Amino acid sequence: MRALSPLRGLLMAAGLSALATGAFTTGALAAEQPGLEHYPSLDWHFEGIFGTYERASLQRGFQVYNEVCAACHGLDLLAYRNLEAIGFSPEEVKAIAAGHRVEDGPDDAGDMFERPATPADRFRSPFANAKQAAAANGGAAPPDLSLVAKRTEYGPDYTYALLTGYEETPPYAWSQENSLLPGQYFNKYRGAISMAPPLTEDLIEYSDGTGATVHQMAYDVSNFLMWAAEPHMEERKQTGIKAILFLLVFTVILYAVKRKIWAKLH
Amino acid sequence: MASNGTAPGSKLVKWIDHRLPIFTFMRHETHEYPTPRNLSYWWNFGSLAGIVLVIMIATGLVLAMQYAPHKDLAFDSVERIMRDVNGGWLLRYIHMNGASFFFIVVYIHIFRGLYYGSYKPPREILWLLGVLILLLMMGTAFMGYVLPWGQMSLWGATVITNLFSAIPLVGESIVEWLWGGFSVDNPTLNRFFVFHFLLPFVIVAVVFLHLWALHRFGSNNPLGIDAKGPQDKIPFHPYYTVKDAFGLGVFLIVFAAVVSFAPNFMGHPDNYIPANPLVTPPHIVPEWYFLPFYAMLRAVDFDIAIPFTGIVIIEAKLGGVLVMFGSIALLALLPWLDRSPVRSGRFRPVFKWFFWVFALDCVILGYCGSQPAEGGWIVAAQIATLWYFLHFLAILPLLSILERPKPLPASIGEPVLKGGGTLAGAAAKPMEKA
Ligand code: HEC
Ligand code: HEM
Repeated sequence: MRALSPLRGLLMAAGLSALATGAFTTGALAAEQPGLEHYPSLDWHFEGIFGTYERASLQRGFQVYNEVCAACHGLDLLAYRNLEAIGFSPEEVKAIAAGHRVEDGPDDAGDMFERPATPADRFRSPFANAKQAAAANGGAAPPDLSLVAKRTEYGPDYTYALLTGYEETPPYAWSQENSLLPGQYFNKYRGAISMAPPLTEDLIEYSDGTGATVHQMAYDVSNFLMWAAEPHMEERKQTGIKAILFLLVFTVILYAVKRKIWAKLH
Repeated sequence: MASNGTAPGSKLVKWIDHRLPIFTFMRHETHEYPTPRNLSYWWNFGSLAGIVLVIMIATGLVLAMQYAPHKDLAFDSVERIMRDVNGGWLLRYIHMNGASFFFIVVYIHIFRGLYYGSYKPPREILWLLGVLILLLMMGTAFMGYVLPWGQMSLWGATVITNLFSAIPLVGESIVEWLWGGFSVDNPTLNRFFVFHFLLPFVIVAVVFLHLWALHRFGSNNPLGIDAKGPQDKIPFHPYYTVKDAFGLGVFLIVFAAVVSFAPNFMGHPDNYIPANPLVTPPHIVPEWYFLPFYAMLRAVDFDIAIPFTGIVIIEAKLGGVLVMFGSIALLALLPWLDRSPVRSGRFRPVFKWFFWVFALDCVILGYCGSQPAEGGWIVAAQIATLWYFLHFLAILPLLSILERPKPLPASIGEPVLKGGGTLAGAAAKPMEKA
């Protein structure tokens, strides 16, 4: 097995550089202000190389988004038809889309008009543009949520933390150096935030009868937003497993052939 | 494996080969090509780099069919590739991670050359072409990273292009000329796309020259001595084709694992936020493969002035830029800085240690580059930068004179055929020119 040692070197080198880079991606969201807590780390069903999305949770999460968050946040990168991927039937998707009105046109007279959305339409945004969104929310525009699960290193833990981290009074250590402006709330993970706590116990009634605790709604909507950010994750992992199995066989065979060919030299 | 001057094959092949001896050429350069028999797995990385280049071009071409190089469309067009184009997510993740793996492979390839003295005569031009490829890769990757038009795309491009403003007198005009305006904006994105598309093909051309220069004298080897005769060499095919194929298999397993299970691990999450000229991210960090150079750039946080007069000769910003480009220039000058006649680090007891210290120094620089430019990190980066320059400018030239190399084996075949170990009867002798 003499030939394996350089190989190990190669793998180690690749692994090392990968590890090193892991340390490089630390973002700016870690608890930098005194008195804040670190983002919690939940168990998500999609984690791990065999992980899949939990359909029931995604559907509930969509309900939370649709009934609560959609009042302020857009989800521009999704179309209603995409919801079929999380287990809604085509009829259900049609009905969901029809519940929203979108602008279309111009018609033959040159006028813009409103019509019910169809599955092919993108999710309707609550505001026409960022300025309007900011004006309606005391100056802080609620950002689009399509990629929120991928734009911090915490993934869905980040959204979950924001939604469950509100507290009435900031801790002493925090207030020493920071203060809340009018219209801001205290969140123990993030500090001052301009989003009013969007979730309260039993705010919505889940259509599958699950109890709508704040934890449950935050968990479901975070799960849903992870899917929204990375809709092909399951396909990616499954393709990967197949590709790697194939490559393993292929590489072992090549190794045997290599040994055989090189044996002639010695 | 003797060549009779013409390639075997059908009548048509012979007809063509007589007029354009391309089959003979291919056979000669990829089949019979005599190669030292003792190459280790560190010699796999050259062919790997070539394959990654092909992967990058193939995926890049298909991405370019769906990508829209306009500031209002770029971000969404990449997301459309990720969501709606069949297999688009796979193409994009292969291309994105392929860039990182390209640098991993090429950095290993370069350090292989550093350890075994592959830059020494008669391979100086081969080495210079390699440094040129590295520069072209850096330019390509930098401009590619701008294309998805996320926050790091915009701000990374802003920081790096601003470097040119350090050039005295004409700096500002050069930067505006690069931008095509007064900030990184749509014209910048447009031209970066054009160059990002073009440069990989320039790289292919330089790789071709690189291989041409390689085949002039053949590969160096772990012993760093020249082949003494045919018994020291074996035909490239089947020995190294199969070894390279096996190495490729191992590489693809690691690559597939990262693409499938952690495709965003090496990227920066901020790039999933659309570019916004009004919001500066708190830490602007380039991709990991630029971090050592970024650290050297920021290490110069002082002006260089004539003592007691306060007359500034080189401002800090210009100093940083000079140091950063200087670090690569030194790489190019290496064949003339390390004059030791012994190539391989195996027979250079002192050099060997300094090699590993240098490798560690580069890792430290990379880590410093990832940290905010303040306090201890600046000092650490300054020390590491100083060491980088000392390694090239003092240690290597001094070692060339002071170090006593170990005796070299008489031939490649000898230790290999006798099962390695003893270097019986070999006396120290200088490397001869091939
Ligand atoms: C009343 C309007 C409103 C509602 C309803 C609302 N948000 Fe927000 N949200 C905001 C505003 C305003 C901000 C910006 C806060 C800031 O910048 O300080 C925000 C910020 C956020 C952020 C942080 C984004 C970032 O930049 O990192 C997340 C995540 C978020 N909201 C998720 C949700 C989710 C999930 C829901 C539904 C459960 C929701 N929001 C409901 C107004 C709202
Ligand atoms: C030397 C080879 C190459 C390198 C190192 C390279 C590197 C990169 C990098 C780092 C990105 C950003 C990835 C991301 O964060 O999304 C990128 C994007 C892109 N590249 Fe390349 N590239 C190479 C070759 C090519 C070629 C040959 C083409 C086209 C012919 C191409 C087309 C594109 C396009 C369209 C994008 C934008 C889409 C995207 O961001 O995913 N690339 N490239």
